[in-house]
Amino acid sequence: MRSLVHALALVAGALFAFPIQAQSPRYGGELVFPVPSEPPSYDGHREETFGLIHPIAPFYNTLLRVDPNDKSGTKPAPSLAESWSVSQDGKTYTFQLHRGVKFHDGSEMTSKDVKASYDKIIFPPPGVGSTRKGQYVVVESVEAPEPYTVVFRLKHPSGSFIASLLSPYNFIYKADILAKDPHWYETHIMGTGPFTFVEHVKGSHVVGKKNPNYWDKGKPYLDGFRAVFMRDTAAQVAAVRGERAQIQFRGFTPVARNDLEKALGNKITVQESPWDCILLVAINHKKKPFDDPRVRRALTLALDRYEGSKALSRIAIVKEVAGVQVPGTPFATPPDELAKLAGYWRDPEKSRAEARRLLKEAGVPEGFSFTFMNRGIPMPYEPLGVWMIDQWRKVGLNVTQRVIEPAAYFGSLRKGEHEVAMDFQCGYIVEPDLDMYKFLSSSRNPANYGYYEDPVLDQLYDKQSQATNPEERKKIIREFEKRVLDEQAHYLMTLQWHRIIPHSSRLHGWTITPSHYLNNTLDTVWLSP
Amino acid sequence: MAAAPQTIEDLARAEARRPRWLAVILDFARQRPLGAVGAAIIVFMALLAAGAGLVAPYDPLANDYAAMLSAPSAAHWLGTDSFGRDLLSRVIFGSRTALMVGLGASLLGATIGSAIGVTSAYFAGRVDLLVQRVMDIFFAFPVIVLALAVVAILGTGAGNVILAIATPMVPRCARVVRSSALAIREMPYVDAARASGFGHARIILRHMLPNVMAPILIMATAFLGEAILLEASLSFLGLGVQEPTAAWGLMLRGAAVEFAESAPWMAIFPGLAISLAVFGFNLFGDSLRDALDPRLRTQ
Repeated sequence: MRSLVHALALVAGALFAFPIQAQSPRYGGELVFPVPSEPPSYDGHREETFGLIHPIAPFYNTLLRVDPNDKSGTKPAPSLAESWSVSQDGKTYTFQLHRGVKFHDGSEMTSKDVKASYDKIIFPPPGVGSTRKGQYVVVESVEAPEPYTVVFRLKHPSGSFIASLLSPYNFIYKADILAKDPHWYETHIMGTGPFTFVEHVKGSHVVGKKNPNYWDKGKPYLDGFRAVFMRDTAAQVAAVRGERAQIQFRGFTPVARNDLEKALGNKITVQESPWDCILLVAINHKKKPFDDPRVRRALTLALDRYEGSKALSRIAIVKEVAGVQVPGTPFATPPDELAKLAGYWRDPEKSRAEARRLLKEAGVPEGFSFTFMNRGIPMPYEPLGVWMIDQWRKVGLNVTQRVIEPAAYFGSLRKGEHEVAMDFQCGYIVEPDLDMYKFLSSSRNPANYGYYEDPVLDQLYDKQSQATNPEERKKIIREFEKRVLDEQAHYLMTLQWHRIIPHSSRLHGWTITPSHYLNNTLDTVWLSP
Repeated sequence: MAAAPQTIEDLARAEARRPRWLAVILDFARQRPLGAVGAAIIVFMALLAAGAGLVAPYDPLANDYAAMLSAPSAAHWLGTDSFGRDLLSRVIFGSRTALMVGLGASLLGATIGSAIGVTSAYFAGRVDLLVQRVMDIFFAFPVIVLALAVVAILGTGAGNVILAIATPMVPRCARVVRSSALAIREMPYVDAARASGFGHARIILRHMLPNVMAPILIMATAFLGEAILLEASLSFLGLGVQEPTAAWGLMLRGAAVEFAESAPWMAIFPGLAISLAVFGFNLFGDSLRDALDPRLRTQ
C-alpha cells in the first residue's frame, strides 16, 4: 500500500513539476518584433507614438509603471521608485528611490535625475517640446531633498496623479546631460533600462542587448531584442507566421489572428483585451439641425451597438460596447447600467422608434441628408463608417460619406466645416482624467470637434478629477457619462477597439493590457526553447 | 404564313423596307463581329445600369450581418461581402457608377479636348504653339498620376472623379482633333466662311467641328474603357467614389483584400465585371475606329 502511495505521489509530482518547470523563466535568446512605425526622435517626453515606445522603452525606466501582470493596465507598480506615500491633505507625494541604479554610462541614478526629468516634462524650458505637460498642471513643484527621495507638491488633491506618473513616456534621463543640452535625448539613447542601445539603422531596425548591470537583479531574461520597422501589415503577419518574429505589440486584425491560428496551431498563443482606443462621432453643434439635442440623441439611438459588436468584431479591430471608460477597468460603467443610456438600450426596435420620434419632433424630415466625414484609414474607420451609415438609414437618414486623406483630416476637423465626423481617442493608460478630457467644452479643449460649451460637464470633470475617494469619483463619472452620451449626446461612442496579439507560444512573461503603449520594457519577457 | 423573298429584287426590296439604323447595325455586326460582341456587352451593361433597381435582387446598401461573407448560393448568387451585402446587387448597381463616371469623364474630356484642339488649329501661329506646349506638359504625366493629382487637390466623390479622369483625356483628344482640324482649316469652304465675314466662333462651331466628329467619337469610345478602369483604380486606392456606394473598384479594396483567401468571391466578381466592361468598350472602340477610318475602309 505504501509503495502504491509512493508511486502515485511520484506520478503526481512528475505531472505537477513539469508545468512549474516549464513556467520558470529561461535566460537567453533574442526577441524579434515588427514595429509598424518608426520613432520621429528618441525623446519620450516629446513624442506621442508607439513607434517610439516599442523600440526605445527597453532602454529606460520610469518612476512608476503599470504592473506588468495586470491585464487592466491600471495597477501602479514600483519601478525606479520602490515605495511612495501621500500626505494627509493629499497634496504631497513622496517617493523613495531604489539604491544602486546605474545609467548605462556607469553613473548612479539619484533623485536629481528624476527631478531634472520631471522638470523637463512639466516645466520645459523655452524651445523644448513636452507633449504631455498639460497632464501635470496640478503639480506645483518637484523637489529632491535627499539623493533617494523625490517629492511632488500639488496645487490641490488629485485622484489621477499617480496614474499620470505611470506614463510609459516619462523616461528618467541623466540630469547632467539635460543641464548641458536639453535636446540631447532627441538624438541619443542612454537610460537605466534592462537593455543597452546597440544600433538604429533608419528604416530597418533597432537593436538592444542585455544590460548586465541592471538594477533589478536577475533581469532581464533575454540576451537582446531586435525591433524591425515594417509598415505593411501583411509583412508583419508573414513575419510571425514564418516564425521570424515572435510578436507584434500593437495588434492584428481578427482575420490575421484566424490565419495565424490556422497556420501555426499550438505554436501561436493569442492574448486579447479591450483596447483603450475608440472612434467617436463628433457632431458639430454649430451646424443645424445638430444644435438640437433631440437630433443628436436620435443619431445615437439609431445605433444598435450590440449587433454591431457581434458583427464587426469578425472583420475589424473593434468589439466592446463602451461608455467613457474602457470596459472591465475600475471606473467603467457595468453593462446593465450602461444599457440604460440612450443608444445602449437592449431593444434596437424601441430605440429606433424613439430616434424617429425625436427626429420628427425636431422637424427633421424623412430622408434628411447629411455628410459624414471620415478619415482615410481603412481599419477600423472604414467598417465603422459603413456600419453607422447603414444604421442611420434605418431611421430615415440619408448619409453620404466624405473620406479625407489622413494627413489632412485633422486640419479639416479644425476648420469646423463638417456636420458629423469621425473623431479619435486613444490613451496610453486607462484613467478618467485622460479619457474624459476629450469631452470638455471647446474653450477648454481645442480638440473638441463637436464645438460645444457645456459648463455643467466641465464642472463634473473637475469634481471627479479632485475626488480622491474612488467610489465618489465613480459616481461623478456616471453623471458625466450620462450627460455627455445621453442627455446632451454631445459625442457618440462607436465601439471600443479590441486588441488582438497573436504571439509565438515560445514567448512568456508578457501580459496584454488595454494600451499598446504599456508593457514594453521587456524586462520580464523570456523565450522558451 | 408570309412567303420568303425568292429573287434578288425581293431581297433588295426587303432591305429597302428595313429601317436604316438597323441596316447600319447589321452591316457593322457582319463586317466586325468582335465589335458587335463589344457593343452587345455595352448594351447589356447599359440595360443593367438603367434597370438596376428592377433587376437587383437586394438593396445594394443594406447590411445583413446574418449573411456576412456567405459563399455564392441560391440566395446570393455571387455571395455576400463582409457586411453581408449581396454582391450581385452591388455588381449590378456598380455598372451604373462605372457608366456614369466613364461616360461623364469621356464626354467632358472629349468636349474640352475637341474645343481646345479645333481652336488651336484654327488660330494657328502663337496660339497653337502655346496651347500645344501646355498640352505637352500634360502629356509628361502618366494618366493615373495626373488623375491622382486632381483628386488630391479637389477631394474624393463622383464629381471630382469625373473631372480627374477627364483631365488626362483632354490633351490626347486635343492633339488628335487638332491634326484633323489643321486639314479642315485649309478647306475652301472655311476660306469662304471667313471671306463671308463669319465670326471665329461660328466658323469653329458650325464649319470645323462637325467635320472632325469622327475622331472625337473614336477617342471618346476608346477612352470609355480606360475611364472605367481609371475609376476602378481610383476607387481601389480609396480616392474615387466612397462607401457605401456600389462601385467595382471600391468592392475590390479593403475587406476583399483581407478576405482574399477565405472569401475570394468578394474580389473575383467585381474584377470580372471590370474586365468585361473594359473588354467590351475596347472591342467596340477598335471596331468603330476601323469602321470610320477612311484608309482602313478603302483597304
